[in-house]
Amino acid sequence: MKIKIPVSKAKEIAKKHTLKLSEKTILKTEAANNSLTEFADVILFITHLIKETFSRRFEFREFLHQCFLIGYKSLPLISVTGTIMGFVLTIQSRPVLVRFGAETILPGMVAVSLIREMGPVITALICAGKIASGMGAELGSMKVTEQIEAMEVSSTHPMRFLVVTRVLAATIMIPLLILYADALGIFGSWFGANIKGEVPFILFFSQAFSHIGFIDFLPAVVKSFFFGAVIGLVGCYKGYNAGRGTESVGKAATSAVVLASLMVLIVDMMAVQITDMLAK
Amino acid sequence: MKTEETESIVLDSIKKNPKEIVIEIKNLYKSFGKQEVLKNLTLNLYDGENLVVLGKSGSGKSVLIKCIVGLLRPDSGTINVYNENVPTLNRKALDEVRKKIGFLFQSGALYDSMTVRENLEFPLRRMEKHLKQKEIDAKIIEALENVGLPEVIDKMPSQLSGGMRKRISLARTIVVDPKIILYDEPTTGLDPVTSEEISLLINDVQKKYKTSSIIITHDIECARTTADRLIMLKDGEVYEKGSLNKFEKSTDEVIKSFFK
Repeated sequence: MKIKIPVSKAKEIAKKHTLKLSEKTILKTEAANNSLTEFADVILFITHLIKETFSRRFEFREFLHQCFLIGYKSLPLISVTGTIMGFVLTIQSRPVLVRFGAETILPGMVAVSLIREMGPVITALICAGKIASGMGAELGSMKVTEQIEAMEVSSTHPMRFLVVTRVLAATIMIPLLILYADALGIFGSWFGANIKGEVPFILFFSQAFSHIGFIDFLPAVVKSFFFGAVIGLVGCYKGYNAGRGTESVGKAATSAVVLASLMVLIVDMMAVQITDMLAK
Repeated sequence: MKTEETESIVLDSIKKNPKEIVIEIKNLYKSFGKQEVLKNLTLNLYDGENLVVLGKSGSGKSVLIKCIVGLLRPDSGTINVYNENVPTLNRKALDEVRKKIGFLFQSGALYDSMTVRENLEFPLRRMEKHLKQKEIDAKIIEALENVGLPEVIDKMPSQLSGGMRKRISLARTIVVDPKIILYDEPTTGLDPVTSEEISLLINDVQKKYKTSSIIITHDIECARTTADRLIMLKDGEVYEKGSLNKFEKSTDEVIKSFFK
């Protein structure tokens, strides 16, 4: 049985049931839409990056150049950071250990702390500040001054030349910097221990390494690669997708540091959870 | 300044040899969101001519040449460069077409982290892989001599003035011997004397390298010096086309506002 409704009545019903969105809801919808678009951009960027990484023409010279810039040029900063890290940790821990009569475990405790957590995370955060911001600013200014487009018309794939090389260099060099920082951290710890007593260098190091096992070392190394990849990826993504105008270069650099640091902490949290689960 | 006689020779030659089209654009549409930048644009570039594209800022001039070189993908229409439809090409084929096209960017777009030599070496190494180091060096020096700046070969772009950067950018464009050169506002941001020098350099390059060029500009002096033929864009459409003489004698208010 068909029900006939007059047109005027139908219009009235339609009007009554039309969804009226408040300005606040519209703004929220737009924000959600922007977030989803950004998320899709990130996925596309990563997909493109993976595709170009495994392409036949790898920019090996540029990759080596980036390894030099990321690795060698960061050595002074990482040397100072690593040494201070171990030194401060020793000075701060010693009074507590002395109170419990456990001063002898100081080298081992510092070594485990440095290798498992402090070394990777603090070094990665320092690298996020130096390397991710550098990448964001460099690629951002290249975008603003049309250098990326110039590269493209010279039959060069900017993604392959600029992004793949930087992300891979960061993925390889940051774990090496972390290991270097760990080593200097233990050295800094020995230096700190010698301020209030005399501890032979060989004894300190043998004590330190006797407490470190494969289970301390492996997860830290594995997560270091992820830190490197995340720092390179965030720095390049922010720079490569910078807007037009010089203002966007500053924004790209700042947001690269913030997001890379945040991502390092998130990756660390996930790595700790996974390591804990696997240890059980 | 090019004489009327020269213009008529070029146009006669074009009429006699209709096959000499190097770029053929038909019914080109391009929009960004709701904003239509190019609307049903049709134009041809003939072999050996300098085609000046005039128009106010935002009329779609730069978008047009970015579509030609494949930096932007048009919504519809065809762009045939030496009979290859650019929007339909895959990456490899597009790279081959790009070897025939030189692009002078508005900002120069020199690579800041490289010296002048490395800036010129970069496209050469990628586009002409068969060249040996000696040949590369010779080409770099030749290109720099052609733009009158061989002495800055080992300088960084930051050490150069605006005019010098434009010249080096032009050297980087011509070093790979392109058949077509697209100039995106080559005289913007330069003083009148340097602008004149760049305009004359464009003519020198055309003669020496036998290139066909599209010159995007709103600098009338540059247009007067370089144009064999002109096209005026307005709101993404071809508003007027013809010789410099036709434009200068036009009574149309929009055209007159450019040729004051």
